[in-house]
Amino acid sequence: MLLFVAKRLGVMLLTAIALTFIVFYLTNLQPNLEKLARSEGSVRMTDESVATWIQQNGHGGSVLGRYAQWVGIAPGWTRTDDKGVTRGRCIDDGVTAEDAPRYCGVLQGDWGFSTVFKVPVIQVLAKAMGATGYLMLAVMLVMVPTALIMGVLSGMREGSTTDRVLSGIAIATSATPEYVSGVILVALLASGTAGLSPLLNDWGVIDTKTLFLGTATSAMDDITFWNFTLPVLTIALYGVGYIARMTRASMTEVMTQQYIRTARLKGVSFGQVVMKHALRNALIAPFTVIMLQFPYLLNGVVIVETLFNYKGFGWTLVQAAGNNDIELLLGCSVIAVLFVLVTQLISDIGYVYLNPRIRLA
Amino acid sequence: MEALTWFGAYAPIFSPPLSAALAALVMLFLTSSLIGFASGNGQVALLRTGFLAMTFLFVSFFILTYLFLSGGAEVNYQATIRGLLTFAAVLVIFGLFAALTSWILRAYVDDAPGLLGRLRGWMWKVLGLLVAVWLVLTLLQPAPTERGIVASIIAQFLPVWIALIVTFALSITFKRRLGLYGKLFDSPVGMIGFALVMFWVFTAIFADFVITMDPITQFGRVKNPLPGIPLVDPKDGQYPYFLLGGDHLARDVFSRVVMGARRVLMIAPAATAFAFMVGVTLGLPAGYFGGKLDTILSFFANLVLAFPVILLFYLLVTPEIRVTGIPIYLAAVLFIFPIIFFSTLFNARYFTDPAKRNLYVGITLVIGLWAYSGLAFNADPLGIWSMDPNLLNVFVSVVFVNSPTVFRIVRGLVMDIKARDYVAAGQTRGEGPWYIMLWEILPNARGPLIVDFCLRIGYTTILLGTLGFFGLGVSPESPDWGSTIDDGRKLLAVFLHPAVTPALALMSLVLGLNLLADGLREESLKD
Repeated sequence: MLLFVAKRLGVMLLTAIALTFIVFYLTNLQPNLEKLARSEGSVRMTDESVATWIQQNGHGGSVLGRYAQWVGIAPGWTRTDDKGVTRGRCIDDGVTAEDAPRYCGVLQGDWGFSTVFKVPVIQVLAKAMGATGYLMLAVMLVMVPTALIMGVLSGMREGSTTDRVLSGIAIATSATPEYVSGVILVALLASGTAGLSPLLNDWGVIDTKTLFLGTATSAMDDITFWNFTLPVLTIALYGVGYIARMTRASMTEVMTQQYIRTARLKGVSFGQVVMKHALRNALIAPFTVIMLQFPYLLNGVVIVETLFNYKGFGWTLVQAAGNNDIELLLGCSVIAVLFVLVTQLISDIGYVYLNPRIRLA
Repeated sequence: MEALTWFGAYAPIFSPPLSAALAALVMLFLTSSLIGFASGNGQVALLRTGFLAMTFLFVSFFILTYLFLSGGAEVNYQATIRGLLTFAAVLVIFGLFAALTSWILRAYVDDAPGLLGRLRGWMWKVLGLLVAVWLVLTLLQPAPTERGIVASIIAQFLPVWIALIVTFALSITFKRRLGLYGKLFDSPVGMIGFALVMFWVFTAIFADFVITMDPITQFGRVKNPLPGIPLVDPKDGQYPYFLLGGDHLARDVFSRVVMGARRVLMIAPAATAFAFMVGVTLGLPAGYFGGKLDTILSFFANLVLAFPVILLFYLLVTPEIRVTGIPIYLAAVLFIFPIIFFSTLFNARYFTDPAKRNLYVGITLVIGLWAYSGLAFNADPLGIWSMDPNLLNVFVSVVFVNSPTVFRIVRGLVMDIKARDYVAAGQTRGEGPWYIMLWEILPNARGPLIVDFCLRIGYTTILLGTLGFFGLGVSPESPDWGSTIDDGRKLLAVFLHPAVTPALALMSLVLGLNLLADGLREESLKD
């Protein structure tokens, strides 16, 4: 088990290095740097001054060298100009060149400075991650129980009406990407001119114009059912179908096993068989699926935060990418990649741990 | 001119019986599912425990979320709760009624589920008949004002309906001779899925006849005209109404959605096919040989899979990246795989017959390299094969994202199949590894692969929509569904039609593909 974890960790580290390098390479492409030079320096720079700007601000030289500086395993660049002022990667305002640390990269906790938000990247990310954390939590709380119940109920008796209806719902929700279900949900529940809200308003059931709010910006300060239901529902819907189908598949497989038949023949009631014999074995596969669902959840988060204007991680990523904010985009990528890799690791270890056939072998 | 109504002149006559039939159907469904739940002895216990578990979960979920999410000021909290409660009350009343009916039925009727089933069947027939009569009567009206929006749209899709009917008639007649495709027509789910998919395929083919206006031109100065609004001053021969309204530039939503189908269906299946070529060509040897090759290839596949898709798109599909030529290098790598695949395929098959082998491999190489030069490098000497750089960028990224998953599926299938006896028999006969992979293993893995192909086209459609939604790699005028949804969502609170129409279109296509895959899986498992 330990060897397995160590091996997985090794591969994970290698993957993380490779992925961050790819992201670093792709965000630091020459055209992106030129764009950065023009937005940081001046729009009317000549091509030569753009080239010197890039050189003087530490974006010249080999990609590998810059990557090492960014990670923090190579000393940051320093340059002394004609006036004798020394500037460098690790030299912040108000710090002399001698006092500044030699290494300053992601490993040292220096994630750079966001050009869009004009604050250090780490601050932007911390705030955004907090907001997204609440969203993810709410999504998980809605999605996982619903999906598991749906899957177990439909997998319990394959081919029954309940199974047909629930499977139909599962297929329909997994065929509806977030940007579609979000639009439809807003149209149904959060529009002042169509859907249910005008009707409910007319009847006097609600005294606001809409049942739910179509934007989640106010949820940044204060989360309520009114402003948070739709984003949560939108992300959860897409995931529910997939997890429910996986649970159903695993449940139907378990229900055909010999030990279930034995238990039934011994006279154990159907409910007892499902609750005591089948459920525990049927929930191993969905666990990995739920963990592996996280990367897709991240996708959903980006779409939904853009759609509902909720200023979390996804929204920040879109802002960074759209405004050529290289350092912030890099920071977002590191978080995203680490997040995916850690969930994969947990899923692998969890699968081995939960399955006695593998654990004891 | 007056605006169109949704259902035309006969709607007032037909709506009462239709809604009555619909309500009856819902009630019948509820009643029969309740009866099904409560019949038999074992299930009562299950019902109880299941119900308890569900109630517990939902109550705890509500308390948890409330504790977590209620932050203080409760401006509209009460309103929302009241709205939810109303819904719940309506549902409870419905449920109580259904429970009462089911209780009475169980007490006084011997075969309650059977009776309910028959009743449901009749209700469906009544409903279908009502709709059909309404449709025929309405379509007979020549004037659009009498027809209404729905019937006008149905009339506009005429070539699509004809093509669909012909396809279905031919396929059902000859279904016993058509293999797996024919078996599809034994499964209702598969048939519905196939109908949905073919509807959009035919719409894409006949788009020029279906559209009512040019999808890019702006008509009139009124922004976001509602569905059924007439044009301000239509020219002769021009369709005088916005059937499904117009967008913020007064372009016709209906025509844009129809044209969008063409764009989506041009890219998605082709990109999926390319992803499959890449995945199959790499997955076969990885699964068959295993060892170092497998380790390296799997590492790279996992590398791509560990990227969040949207991040990858933001990195790969930008205007800046085209300057660096990365899409072209990617295309150069990815587009070579179909050529490798078909060359090896024919080489392995006709290895013993050099004349035939040279002919087939030669044809593959000539056509393949010709297309390759045009598509990847835009250097086709005859200028037939070419791809817009924007499109190439999108296409390459989508293939790149999809192929690792295909690789993993193929690898898994091969590892499973290579332990079978017929593979060992082939090895003993002295067949080469590529012959075994391509002509022994691959045909036996076709079932899951076909199913995944259908699902993957749907997924690719979703990905393309995502790209459009973020405005990546598409021209602003493009009518594809993703960017139309993105355009429309900004005014969503006021005008629904510009965003909801493409959203429903995309949903129905992907749903069709998923149902089709489900039907295929069911039918292929039967033999």
